[in-house]
Amino acid sequence: MLAFLFRRLIQAFFVMLTISVISFAIQGKLGDPVQQMVGMTVSPAERAHLRQELGLNDSFAVQYWHFLKNAAHGNFGISYYYKKPVLDLIFERMPATLELAFCAIILVAIFATPFGIYAAIRPRSLLSRLIMAFSTLGLSVPIFIVGIFLVYVFSIQLHMAPSFGRGHTVDVFGIWKSGLFTKSGLHHLMLPSITLAFALMPIFIRLIRSEMMEVLHSEYIRFAWSKGLSTNRIYFIHALKNTMLPVITVGGIQAGTLIAYTILTETIFQWPGMGFLFIDAVSRVDTPLISAYLMVVGGIFVTTNTVVDLIYGLVNPTVKLENHGL
Amino acid sequence: MNLLTVNNLNVSFRIKGIELAALIDVSFTLNRGERIAIVGESGAGKSILGLSIVNLLDKPGYIKSGSVKLENKELSKMNTRQLQEIRGKRIAMIFQDPMMTLNPVLTIGAQLVEAIRSHTRISFKDARNIAIEKLHSVQIASPERRFDQYPHELSGGMRQRVIIASVLLLNPDIIIADEPTTALDVTIQAEIIQLLLDVCHDNSMALILISHDLGVVSRVAERTLVMYAGRIVEEAPTLELINDPQHPYTQGLLNALPQMSLPGQRLNQIRGNMPALNDRPSGCAFHPRCPYATQKCRTEQPNFIYNGISSVSCFLVEDMLEEEKSEEDIDLLDIEYTTSHDEGQA
Repeated sequence: MLAFLFRRLIQAFFVMLTISVISFAIQGKLGDPVQQMVGMTVSPAERAHLRQELGLNDSFAVQYWHFLKNAAHGNFGISYYYKKPVLDLIFERMPATLELAFCAIILVAIFATPFGIYAAIRPRSLLSRLIMAFSTLGLSVPIFIVGIFLVYVFSIQLHMAPSFGRGHTVDVFGIWKSGLFTKSGLHHLMLPSITLAFALMPIFIRLIRSEMMEVLHSEYIRFAWSKGLSTNRIYFIHALKNTMLPVITVGGIQAGTLIAYTILTETIFQWPGMGFLFIDAVSRVDTPLISAYLMVVGGIFVTTNTVVDLIYGLVNPTVKLENHGL
Repeated sequence: MNLLTVNNLNVSFRIKGIELAALIDVSFTLNRGERIAIVGESGAGKSILGLSIVNLLDKPGYIKSGSVKLENKELSKMNTRQLQEIRGKRIAMIFQDPMMTLNPVLTIGAQLVEAIRSHTRISFKDARNIAIEKLHSVQIASPERRFDQYPHELSGGMRQRVIIASVLLLNPDIIIADEPTTALDVTIQAEIIQLLLDVCHDNSMALILISHDLGVVSRVAERTLVMYAGRIVEEAPTLELINDPQHPYTQGLLNALPQMSLPGQRLNQIRGNMPALNDRPSGCAFHPRCPYATQKCRTEQPNFIYNGISSVSCFLVEDMLEEEKSEEDIDLLDIEYTTSHDEGQA
């Protein structure tokens, strides 16, 4: 277990290094930050001075080395726009994104699992056909249409849920602004999390259904029937556990994607999270913020995947983490 | 009373509105403690027959007509809940591949205990004791340790022993073993067959062995049924079947054994292949491959006739019997039962 974690840590280091090269390399390609920072009235001499001060005249390698050295100290630079350390900005917004993703994942888990199982057990029933039709619809309708549709119906027409912002938040341990503990916060989470869940739900319903159907045709399920076990025991003990193994793997990757790509949802609902911050940064060519965001998202991916592998090792007895480091 | 009576069983697969018959008018009986074998090529319907006894057929397959009686209980009409009472407790099954038969994510112990606890109200601790005792009885060393292990930690032969142990848990009346040794290597095969024989003998359980290995069959079964294209074509005491096969198909099967050829010679074989379900020849389904086929064989289905020792479904044997009869002018010919697919049971 420890050896596995150690190997994973080394692996993660190289992954992060690669991400850092990519996220730093785009800094020079997004236009002139000086142009964005100062007004039209600033003289060319002053601009040149600013460029020198920001280190924009150094060679790529030198600039990258500086970037890396600072990054190792947790310093990803100062946002050109906010004039604050970018990491602080991101961490300030992170709770909003994580809470949104968390609620979406909970919704997916609550609905996709029973729907998928049902569609596998009774593939010909009317409800199964409806579930599959819904999942096809969900796969083909883009998330921003779903979001806008929900806003139109539930906010504008029915006045059931607010359409933007996080509502009231409370401080947890002084560092985490949470919307999970106030009525208004939960109320505001409703539409964004449903929208986000809608994007993931179809994939999971289909995955669980097809895995479950495959498992139900396996020899050990037939043997379980031949032992005279109850129907529930066969479906929910024998079949479900085997069904969930691949679902955990895919789920982990999707969870990482979800946290990273809340961007669209956050934009639609003006959700003050990392994704919304990133979109703003892109439109303002706030390169240190963009780089830092990419690094943080990369870190989230690496962490979730490692955690998923750990969980997989615990759930699947045939996997021994010691032997499957890489 | 017979322990198990299968009478005119017809099993079909309905695929896209087309009916494919997998079993046609299959009838046989099994007595308490008796060991019978069902042999035939792949696709003859052996496994389907095994599965349809406890109605474990996969979806497009269904019992079209006929009856399967365990003593006086009609199994073919039971619902799932009623069948669950029978499965495992009265009729248990062993499948071909021990690597695939145990659930990979549940411990050996969990899979044994659940079998007991789903049929009897008993504490986990008592069930565990029974399970360990049964593991011990199938010669598994340190059963307490095996109890907590997962299937992948055991070898193939070991797993088949575990499966046999799990079948013994509830002392069923009948064990249906569908090619229990095919997936194992030869040295282990002999051990597993011996074990199966021993447990049936010790617990006076009846055994239905489904196999294509006539060597194994001759060691195990008292009586053998030969299947071809969904029908039983010959039924005889195993010894008689091997020494004096009546049906040309049975003769072909026995001739195909390597022992029947000289070293260096080509092995004997039955020409052609078993017909597919959707391509069953008219008359006797074996006629395209039969060296003795006549015009009658191509159009008519022979009856299943008892000749005093074995029952055979072949015009050749039928004609021979009739000749004998007219020659000796004796009316003692005792037809125990005649099943044909036009007349049903006479």
